[in-house]
Order: sequence, then structure tokens, then C-alpha cells
Amino acid sequence: MIRHACLAAALLASAAAHAGPAAPGTEHHAFHEALALSIEGVGPVPPDPGNRWADDAAAADLGHKLFFDARLSANGKVSCATCHDPAKEFQDGVPLAKGVGTTDRRTMPVAGTAHSPFLFWDGRKDSQWAQALGPLESAVEHGGSRAQYAHVVAAHYRRDYERVFGALPDLRGVPAAAGPVADPAARAAWERMPQGQRDAVTGVFVNVGKAIAAYERHLQPAASRFDRFAAEWKRTGTQPKDVLSADERAGFALFVGKANCTECHNGPLFTNNEFHNTGVPRRAGLPEDHGRLPAVAGVRADEFNCRSRWSDAKPGECKELEFLAPASAAQERAFKVPSLRNVAERSPYMHAGQFVTLAQVLVHYNRAPSAPAGRTELRPLGLSAAELGQLEAFLRSLSGGIDAPAKYRSAP
Amino acid sequence: MKNLASKSHGARRRVALIAAIAVLAAGTSACSLLSMVGVVAKRPAESEFGLGPRVSANQKYTATLQPREPLRLRRLQTVPVRITDAAGRPVEQARIAVDGGMPEHLHGLPTQPRLGRSLGNGVYELDGVRFSMGGWWEFKLAIESPAGADSVTFNLSL
Repeated sequence: MIRHACLAAALLASAAAHAGPAAPGTEHHAFHEALALSIEGVGPVPPDPGNRWADDAAAADLGHKLFFDARLSANGKVSCATCHDPAKEFQDGVPLAKGVGTTDRRTMPVAGTAHSPFLFWDGRKDSQWAQALGPLESAVEHGGSRAQYAHVVAAHYRRDYERVFGALPDLRGVPAAAGPVADPAARAAWERMPQGQRDAVTGVFVNVGKAIAAYERHLQPAASRFDRFAAEWKRTGTQPKDVLSADERAGFALFVGKANCTECHNGPLFTNNEFHNTGVPRRAGLPEDHGRLPAVAGVRADEFNCRSRWSDAKPGECKELEFLAPASAAQERAFKVPSLRNVAERSPYMHAGQFVTLAQVLVHYNRAPSAPAGRTELRPLGLSAAELGQLEAFLRSLSGGIDAPAKYRSAP
Repeated sequence: MKNLASKSHGARRRVALIAAIAVLAAGTSACSLLSMVGVVAKRPAESEFGLGPRVSANQKYTATLQPREPLRLRRLQTVPVRITDAAGRPVEQARIAVDGGMPEHLHGLPTQPRLGRSLGNGVYELDGVRFSMGGWWEFKLAIESPAGADSVTFNLSL
């Protein structure tokens, strides 16, 4: 035991001392990578300077209720949980999300997104609260308008809301449906409203997003068998043989080795939170999707970004926007690198559900076909069918479910 | 991160990268171009990697990255750099622009870092630095001071 502990300490010390990675293919490198991917490294959710209620318990309770409330939709049938179903790891298992209509993209998982600087497949929002507001006013998701939602809050959540955010504004005279949305009648009604009334409504709408974000911050991926493997390795200094199967261990070695997965799927959430073109094919019937490219300007100009009047951030606190790189050709058809935690529970895959199985995803990465637009960053891997099977086995070891307070795992 | 310094491959790679980006911008298939002219950059020798000291392209400056802790993936970090002139004296009043990226992936830095505080003795903070992927990164500094303009490229392995 002492010998093991000493070896672990020596490996750790060595890993810390090297500014660069250990030589790939070595036990030291694999150990270093296992620790870097372990959930132990996730740490507490980072602060959200734009949401002063991000860590407010009452705001999270309200957000929990709002998350499951289908009254926040045009037809009274769509809540956040419609697509972010807690029974399915807070996603829906279909290629294209279905709200009041059908979207052009796959529903993204919610767990762990508090760690993500930019949200959505294209990163067009820079906080969870700003993200939560997007689907609410999307014509094909919730389909409603901010005036409608303000009325829902006033009618059903007045006490909860006022306990957190203070007095609701006077909504007398506010149309039942009004907002800067696609629906012509609701848009026209919005444009007829005086600015002060619009601001009052938008203020309530923003707080709906901030409450939902406060709730979502509690949803994190839970430890998986891989994390037990990493923890045991760290504790003993020896790669354990009884936590993951031989195929899973071989898949791990490929994942951190010649399959190059950790170029992007790095860190304890198995994502670098960036956007890459990996040559994912188009999905028939959808309009051209440029991914990250147009979203860079979009997030800079977003009504609800960290620097907006609706954000609680102080000057200098919006670091991600401050250092956001300008749009470039490399961002054509670049999409968010999703976390791989619980990935086996989240078929279908890619931004429009182009692949049904993990095996199909791995074949794609192995072949590295040309991108439909822009340039893929993939290089052919030359992995055998057996190796692809091992990689898939490893990916299946990343399932651990959701870590959240019991009351937040289902509808209130 | 292994030490060392030289500037050999920099110019050739820059030309290749600029050519590729120009064609990308023109909307031509990058893949066909890359296979035609073979501009996918080749990873330099290990001796080319490191935090420096590294001499600028026209020998006006020597730059050394002095991160307070090892450079890490994903984190938005401030990286101090020390600039000295050809005689080894600290360069004050420098203006530094940061660029770079991953030549093997043909993308730039994920953020747009900027010159921050000057700490004196030729040391400047570069704010907003992030490396998002494991692998070979170029980290380029365009330096201007009364001694003139020059550039230096670091090869970093994350």
C-alpha cells in the first residue's frame, strides 16, 4: 500500500512538474490523462456574474417550477422539460427537437452547462440564463412571447417571484401576447407598446431566465465507472484491472492516444467547450447550417449577453466576451464539442442527430470525410473494427446519470 | 513544455498558413487546395518547442513566456512575457499584439488575447489567453517599441 501511494505521489508530482504532456503511449501519460478526465477535477460551478441570483436557493426553486411549466408555451403543451426530459438525462432522444414545431437541431444536454462559456451548438448565447430565454421565444420551440410569460408569472408565481426578485411590475394594459418574435400579431403588439412597458415585461422575462439558470446550475453529471477507475488508479498508483473491462481499458488507451479524442474532448467534462468542424454530414431537408461562424457576431450583439443592460455583471466581469475571437473561416460549420459524460444514453448524435449509434459516430471519426462546407479538422485514424469497438466500450463507461438534489430530478 | 529557441520554420509556415486562409476566405475547397500544394504544416522538432527565450524573426528582441503556473487547457489565463532587446536589456514601452493558432487544424486562437499591464523590467502581461485543444500551438507576438517592429513565434505543446 505504501509502495502504491508513493508511486501515485511520484506520478502526480511528475505530472505537475511538466508543463507539457508526458510522452503518449506511456503509462505515465495515460495516468496523467485519466486524472485530467476524472470528474474530481470539475470543481464547483463557476460564478455567473450576469446573474446575481445564480446561487439563490429560492430562485432555483422557482426555476425548477418554471422549467416544468408547459404554460410557458404558445399551445400550453411545451415546457423546457419537454425536450430536456429528466427521465432521459435532460434530453429527448430524437434527432431534431420538437416543441410547438420542429427545430433544425438536436436538443443539447443540460447537465454541466454551467461550466460552459457559450451555449447552444453554435455558442450564440453566453450564459445559461440567456440561453434559457432563446427557446421561449423561438417560433418552433415554446412559440410564445415575453408578454405572455410575464402574465403567466403574475398569475401563477407572483409570491415565488416577488420573494426573489421584488415586486412584479404592473402588467395592466400589457397585451396577452407581445414580443420581438416571429409571430406577426405578437410582434406588432410589441411594437405598439411604450418603451417603459416593454422594459417592464422584458425585466420579468429576464428573471424567468435567471431563475431557470439558477435551477440548471444544480444539474451536473454524476461520477461514472470511469471515474472510479481514475480514482482507484490515483489512490493506488496502479491501473486497476477490476473496475473497467479489458476492452474498456483498451478503449481508454485509444481515447487518450492514437484516436486523438482528447484534442477536443478534454478535461473532466470531456469537452473543451469550443467549436470545431468535424465534417459532420448535412441532414437532408434542413437549411444550410453555418454553425459557429454567424454566431460570433450574434453573441456580441445579443440582447441578453453579459454586457447587456439586463446582465448583472460589473464592468470587466465579462471576460469571455471581452476576449472573444473574431469570426474566421475556420468557424464555418463548426459546432460545439459536447460533453461525453452519459453519451451512451444520448442517441442520436451530432448537431442534427445525423448518427443513430455510437458505432456510426466512431466510423465517421475514423474515416474523417470532407466537410459539406468549410474544412474538417479530422484526420483519418486508421483504427481497426476491434479498436472502434474498444472505444465504444470506453464511451459506455462514462455513464453515471445526473448528480442533482433529489427534488430537482423530476417535476415539482 | 520543453525549452528552446529558434525561429527557423516560422516564415515558411506563416506563408503556408496565409495561403490556406486566403483560399478559405475565397471559398475554395480547402481540402483540394491542401492536397494540391501540400500546405498542411508539419509539426516542428521538439527542440523548437517551449517558453523561450526565443529570438524574434529579425533578431531585434528576445521573448520569454513566464506563466505563473503551467499553461493549461481551457482556462482563460494571463501569461506574462519578458522582452529584451538585442543587447539583453529589458524593453520598456513595448506594444504587443498576440496571434496564433493550430497549424495542423488551420484555426486560430480560440480567444483574442490582448496586452495587459506592464510589470516593469520588460515584463508584460498578455490577458485572455486560452488553449482549447491538446497538441501543437503557435503563439505569435508582434512586438513594437522604439527599437522597431519584429515578431516572434513560440511553439507550444499542450
